[in-house]
Amino acid sequence: MTGHGRAAERSRTIELGMPTPASDPHRHLRGTEGFPAAAHRALADTQLRRNLGHATRTIRAKRAGVVAELDDWEELRRAGEAIKADTMARLPELLVQFEERVTARGGVVHWARDAEEANRIVVDLVRGTGADEVVKVKSMATQETGLNEALEAAGVAALETDLAELIVQLSHDRPSHFLVPAIHRNRAEIREIFLREMPDVDPDLTDEPRRLAMAARAHLRKRFLAAKVGISGVNFAVADTGTLSVVESEGNGRMCLTLPDTLITVMGVEKLVPTWSDLEVFLQLLPRSSTGERMNPYTSTWAGVTPGDGPQAFHLVLLDNGRSNVLADAQGRQALHCIRCSACLNVCPVYERTGGHAYGSIYPGPIGAVLSPQLTGIDGPHDVNATLPFASSLCGACFDACPVRIDIPSMLVQQRAAAVDAHTRRTGQDVAMAAAAIAMTTPGRFKLAERALGVGRVLAGRKGRISTLPWPLSGWSNARDLPAPPAETFRQWWARTHGGT
Amino acid sequence: MGARDEVLARLRTARDAGAPATPPIGVLSDPVVPRTYRSAGRFAPGGEQVLARLDETLTDYRATVTRVPTEDDVAAAVRAFLRTAGSVVVPPGLPEGWLAAFDGAVRRDEPACTVDELDHVDAVVTGAAVAIADTGTFVLDSGAPDQGRRVITLVPDHHVCVIRAADVVASVPEAIARLDPTRPLTFVSGPSATSDIELDRVEGVHGPRRLDVVLVGGLRPGEQ
Repeated sequence: MTGHGRAAERSRTIELGMPTPASDPHRHLRGTEGFPAAAHRALADTQLRRNLGHATRTIRAKRAGVVAELDDWEELRRAGEAIKADTMARLPELLVQFEERVTARGGVVHWARDAEEANRIVVDLVRGTGADEVVKVKSMATQETGLNEALEAAGVAALETDLAELIVQLSHDRPSHFLVPAIHRNRAEIREIFLREMPDVDPDLTDEPRRLAMAARAHLRKRFLAAKVGISGVNFAVADTGTLSVVESEGNGRMCLTLPDTLITVMGVEKLVPTWSDLEVFLQLLPRSSTGERMNPYTSTWAGVTPGDGPQAFHLVLLDNGRSNVLADAQGRQALHCIRCSACLNVCPVYERTGGHAYGSIYPGPIGAVLSPQLTGIDGPHDVNATLPFASSLCGACFDACPVRIDIPSMLVQQRAAAVDAHTRRTGQDVAMAAAAIAMTTPGRFKLAERALGVGRVLAGRKGRISTLPWPLSGWSNARDLPAPPAETFRQWWARTHGGT
Repeated sequence: MGARDEVLARLRTARDAGAPATPPIGVLSDPVVPRTYRSAGRFAPGGEQVLARLDETLTDYRATVTRVPTEDDVAAAVRAFLRTAGSVVVPPGLPEGWLAAFDGAVRRDEPACTVDELDHVDAVVTGAAVAIADTGTFVLDSGAPDQGRRVITLVPDHHVCVIRAADVVASVPEAIARLDPTRPLTFVSGPSATSDIELDRVEGVHGPRRLDVVLVGGLRPGEQ
């Protein structure tokens, strides 16, 4: 055991059975800088903004169209919310039931406290098969643990088979979206990556999406057909039947789940639902929210091992890695309801402009801003994840789009408060926020604050824009210009024209 | 404490520590989730309206649909779809009559085909367990004799699926209720596709690039 491992073991012994933040051995849950700095750089990348603007506009229109087809959409959302809340309230018992069903059907269940433990289990299982290459279905859980890095260190090549994930892997990039990890790349860039990184690619490849998809098919075909080990994540797991499901489009998921002799599935414990009939809710909510389709091309479900059909060895790794830490917070635990549809990313005005990399974590966007800091915990005032709850304008679009009604705006506010409390020395933003809170609590105070707006007109001068403010407000004006306050406020206008108070 | 007991202990502590002051619906003695959404679609299973809607939604996702009045008409429709195919693989229990008009090579998946054999066959013909009109989906049950192992509908590049009117429902909940969750199931909605390039849907990646459906029943003979 390494010194680090011993230290981790000691801290575990002390806090036995207590909710524990995630381990993050490959820094996939934390960036290297805070959101404001990362966002500044991302905003300067006009190509990125064009790519994201185009992709998110496309998907928003498609989603709106298929959601409007269902007159019971709100009822489905409420059911989805209630099923997830019920799951969290019974999570330990449901997991035990699920484990029993999976085992009874020939699966082997492993438990992992953190990322390192999950990776170690998978690496050992792969070594046991003698394989030096594995095919992977896109999975957030294995991105979170850094499984690919762990496999590589053990001499095993991990081949990502989802098209967007393959683009990210080939370009040595990081994912920036749940559903389409390469959403920040346009077709011309993807063509360049393929020409550069695929040894067997047709040199006349064009940037037509169909031709690019065909290039990916040709690149992966032989390796699918020869694969000995497949590694997947899970979209939904059913406690009372032991059924697992993977929702996908391309057929790469079916390949990985069907062709190899051994299947290893890594599942965050929150992916559970209590009963098979719960899928009738989520198989309506997920495709319409994520790709804007009535149904995604392929959904596979399986329970354990089926003699003569598919992998004859099935291992399931149940992963905590910080989820217990999220569950321990009454309001924050809602983040575990997330079904990774990415609708909140696609509607978010902040995400649309900064893209996913600015969030640092592999969980970007509004849900990532509330999930990542809870998974990792906040390690002092300089933890970059403490800046994530501020990566929002609190416009509320994420809640409206969320298929399981996660109240992301309220969670952002709550976590901002927690981040402010964590500061030893209050920042300008803290003071400004606190001042706004005081001003807005009573009408009398609000009126006083409005009078102070007259000062703003002086600051703005003749150009009508305020571009610098004194501390503590400089934290705000460094990043944006403000219009000058109007000569008369709404309340002053109302009093003048309606003669009231 | 082993990992299993440790994770479960953490989750028990967390569950209790984070329990909301007002428990969500479903936490109390009688777990009830508000299932006020539609448990059945607008059209009755197997009827003309539901078949017409399935035809529409399948076509919308780039499957080609042929409707025939009776089971006797299946062979001709299958043959027409297989015009360019020299060989097909079929599950062990596929009704013999469905391929009666096909003059290419037929390989029954019994004994099981190797992956290499499947890679060299032109097409696969199967039945389906249930189809969902609202979403343009059919579900393959690998335990059903006319649907077979998952791999036979995955490796060949062309899939012809025969769906009987009685197996067509309007909504997802009706389909889920008819399925056996302990068997490997594949929900198929159109040929394989990707939205990974600029979030635009493009058909044809790793799964079958061509999907044809023969929809049996609901029409009066001669109405085809």
